[in-house]
Amino acid sequence: MTHETLGYRVFRRVTLGLLTLFVCAPLVVMVTTAVKPLDQVQSGFRWLPTEPTLRPFVDMWSTVPLARYFVNSVVVATISTVLSVTVAVFAAYAVSRWRFPGRETFRLAVLSTQMFPGILFLLPLFLLFVMVDRGTGLTLVGTRTGLVITYLTFALPYAIWMLVSYFETIPRGLDDAAKVDGCGPLRLLVSVLLPAARPVIVAVSIFSFMLAWGEVLFASVLTSEQTRTVSVGLQSYASEANVYWNQVMAASLVVSAPIVVAFLLLQRHITAGMTAGAVK
Amino acid sequence: MSISADSARSGVPAAPGTGDRPAGVDGRAGRARKRHRRTPYLFLLPALALELFVHFGPMLAGVVMSCLKLTQYQLAQWWAAPWAGLGNYRVVLDLDQPVGASLFKSFLITAAVTVIVVATAWTLGVAGAVSLQRMKRGRGLLRTLFLVPYALPVFAAVITWRFLLQRDNGMLNHVLVDQLGLLPGNAFYLIGPNSFWSLCVVEIWREWPFAFLMIMAALQSIPDELYEASSMDGAGPWRQLRRITLPMIAPVNQVLILVLALRTFRDFETPYVLFGGSAPDQARLISLEIYQNSFLTFNFGLGSAMSVLLLLFLMLVTGGYLAVTRRRTSLDA
Amino acid sequence: MDWGKGMSARWRGAAAGFAAVALVMAGAACAGGSDAGDKTAVLTYWASQQSPSVQHDKEILEPELRKFTAQTGVRVELEVIPFTELLNKILTATTSGQGPDVLNIGNTWSPSLQATGALVGWDPAMMDKLGGAGRFESAALQTTGADGATPVAVPLYNKVYQLYYNKKLFREAGVSAPPATWDDFVTTAQKLTKDTDGDGKPDQWGLAVRGQAATVASHYAYILGSGLGAQYFAGGKPTFDSPAAVAGIERYLSWMGKDKIVNPSDAENADWADVYEAFAGNKAAMMLVQTLGQTLKDYKLTDQNYGVAPMPSNAAAGGRDIGSFVGGTNISIFKSADNLSGAVDLVKFLTSAPEQTVLNAAYGTIPAVKDATGPAFETPEMKIARDTIANRAIPMPRVPQETQFETLLGKDVVGWLAATATGQQPDAAQISAGLKAAAGKVSAGG
Repeated sequence: MTHETLGYRVFRRVTLGLLTLFVCAPLVVMVTTAVKPLDQVQSGFRWLPTEPTLRPFVDMWSTVPLARYFVNSVVVATISTVLSVTVAVFAAYAVSRWRFPGRETFRLAVLSTQMFPGILFLLPLFLLFVMVDRGTGLTLVGTRTGLVITYLTFALPYAIWMLVSYFETIPRGLDDAAKVDGCGPLRLLVSVLLPAARPVIVAVSIFSFMLAWGEVLFASVLTSEQTRTVSVGLQSYASEANVYWNQVMAASLVVSAPIVVAFLLLQRHITAGMTAGAVK
Repeated sequence: MSISADSARSGVPAAPGTGDRPAGVDGRAGRARKRHRRTPYLFLLPALALELFVHFGPMLAGVVMSCLKLTQYQLAQWWAAPWAGLGNYRVVLDLDQPVGASLFKSFLITAAVTVIVVATAWTLGVAGAVSLQRMKRGRGLLRTLFLVPYALPVFAAVITWRFLLQRDNGMLNHVLVDQLGLLPGNAFYLIGPNSFWSLCVVEIWREWPFAFLMIMAALQSIPDELYEASSMDGAGPWRQLRRITLPMIAPVNQVLILVLALRTFRDFETPYVLFGGSAPDQARLISLEIYQNSFLTFNFGLGSAMSVLLLLFLMLVTGGYLAVTRRRTSLDA
Repeated sequence: MDWGKGMSARWRGAAAGFAAVALVMAGAACAGGSDAGDKTAVLTYWASQQSPSVQHDKEILEPELRKFTAQTGVRVELEVIPFTELLNKILTATTSGQGPDVLNIGNTWSPSLQATGALVGWDPAMMDKLGGAGRFESAALQTTGADGATPVAVPLYNKVYQLYYNKKLFREAGVSAPPATWDDFVTTAQKLTKDTDGDGKPDQWGLAVRGQAATVASHYAYILGSGLGAQYFAGGKPTFDSPAAVAGIERYLSWMGKDKIVNPSDAENADWADVYEAFAGNKAAMMLVQTLGQTLKDYKLTDQNYGVAPMPSNAAAGGRDIGSFVGGTNISIFKSADNLSGAVDLVKFLTSAPEQTVLNAAYGTIPAVKDATGPAFETPEMKIARDTIANRAIPMPRVPQETQFETLLGKDVVGWLAATATGQQPDAAQISAGLKAAAGKVSAGG
């Protein structure tokens, strides 16, 4: 695009300015609240604290076992991401490279799970986990395993959809060349498709990670105090008697920082991965 | 890599037919074909197993629960709960009775919120993505900043907004009343009619980065030549937006809008945290209504019936939406 | 090299096995804290969070539980759960059959949980193991189950509503004593509602309320309504829309509406913390809350700053002198417990006079047993509390639909308070219609 009218340039600047304001207003409140002493948080609103303090960043680790929750979140999100991407890659490979009876049904069924209200199957899932425990001794409730299994399944529909779209754009010619060399299906997947699909895999991984990281409803029912994740644990700063607002904000900032940093570093991969995957 | 990007940009579907089972190159065609027939199912197996175990199995159980009389009396022996047939549905759908009337009202409010949130979030996403497209400096930074609302934990994000919207100590009134003098007195945003708009704003704040991200990515795939050519024909940026950009990203929009709508319709956390667990009538989303009927009043049969109805509604809307938009999307093979 | 058939078969086997192994490995690596070993020597105990932090609760309970282990040889695995999660966890435990052995429950949940049949009943023989029902406050005993049915819980800690007043603001307004009747209450509060910074709008209020909490709203409605003679359930059926119930709710709404003694912003208060902040910040002169104990220490307040008085009563003829409902926490045993006698021993231990003294003093709550004495209970607050629970308190409705009652009635009252805050206090007819609808919902089981 060569010519930009003045009007358009103004529109662009104003749009970006307003969007930045919209996004930043609550963020500014979060940051300034995180450095206020508690009594200043509770009184009338002030933009800046008169005596900024980093105490909340220290206290937040002891008011609530934040470190444990953080570790739980990282473990659960990482493992469920790795597993969901693996399972999704296998499934997407099948859907993309073969025509078999049940293919369309599978695709639609998986997509339809996006419409399931969580509350509908929350209690039955809990009961199912309990039955598995009784039958096999494998404890799923109150353990990270149960949460991993749940989240990995939640991430599958979107992951499979994106991977299928992307795989479709990898020319079959590469497949044929590999088969002529005598490649079996698994080897073909690993050595031909996966390297070509790196961007979408990065994109899918980030979405899966964020899904597992931020989920609250199932985590609140399926975890015990030992295995609680951050998304649920943040609520523990608010007890009946007092709400440590400054620590909530501080904890939220600290807990979100890794994701935001990861996104900053992986941006290029994500958008590249979504490019071909999105256009179908 | 460049091959696939090109084919993606020009919108040509992948070469047809080569996904069929490969001819037995080595002559052992019969047995090779049989084995290969099983292969896709094996690759599919883990995903299938997980979906059945976590999604479909419990979903069906939930549907069965909706046909049972399952209240606190039956909870401890839920397998022996009496069959209620469509009894729960009758209660839920009876618009003259309080339960049905309340559910219907929540449904209407949820529909209104969804339409407003999706339309606004999408518009902001397009505006942001298009504006940022041409920027060189600071693009990465702004892009990351815009992602932050999506990346923040739900509880933190919404509780911050609750903070902002408080009548006496909140930032919004402080700015509007004390600093800018736009309003005569402190207004209520968390109760009363404004609560509806507060909920919309908070949802938009949290959801628009997702739209922004997807559209931004889709914009990358539009070749610059199209813009060059059209501007040589004298098209200004607005016409380019309408004639080139929007049609080219139509397939992405189709899915994006559907995903946004489904997410907003089912959202529970945002209204729950924003209104401290007790949402005012004007902002009572259907997910809260279902939650109240399951976990707060122990009537899981009724809550499940409501959920099933919600599911049916979503399936209907999704099916209709896909049917209508499929006809319009030229890139669909 | 011929990769052909043999290789692909092996790869396929590996592929199928991989996912399964990965899941099992994930399981082994991630298995969280579940206990193993001899089930009968360990009791699982879910305690409710009674103090401002879970950590603090543990610091109070764990030494006591160690004493129990020393006495009986049975170890106790403690989990402290905030009240907001506790009911959900109890429900899922009830449904799954997998839960703790001993657990705390909110005492108003007793009739509802009783209806599930999952809790052990405490008949007179069982109660004798604890020293007999006579040891317990009779009002507290009424919160252990539905009227006429075998109780399923034993009272543990109790609380009642009391009037807390800000001494400084009282002095400044020239009010010498806290009000004793509801009418006096309004006039006193009106004296305490003023404009202190000269902008024409009051910024000091007579009363602060937690307006956006359904259960609290239901408490106020119940206390005020019952004081005027309202019955909310008759023969197990909801009878919410009596004139007395309507009048009780109108009284509550009028505090913010016609009487103007409550800050309209209080309709947004979702946590007690909002109320305590206003009280501690000298923005509100009185608050009507359940026994606080040491809670206000967090706000740097001592009995130099605030005083405690009984809840006002009804001077109106025909009114009952109801000060509060009986709030608090009970303790129960799941029928699925492996070690019933061990569980009973734990309950016996926690309801013994020495332990009741230690725990209630630590939590600032009222002992459930009459024979718990000590200096901690000689404070004015405690004396008033114990008097209220002995003479002026009634239990919340003793029916299985009690939680529905609190949720649905409370939600409506919250909505009416919000309408009042925006200037439209509902009239008696609207309230009556609303109560009828709520009753309809409760009857429908919804």
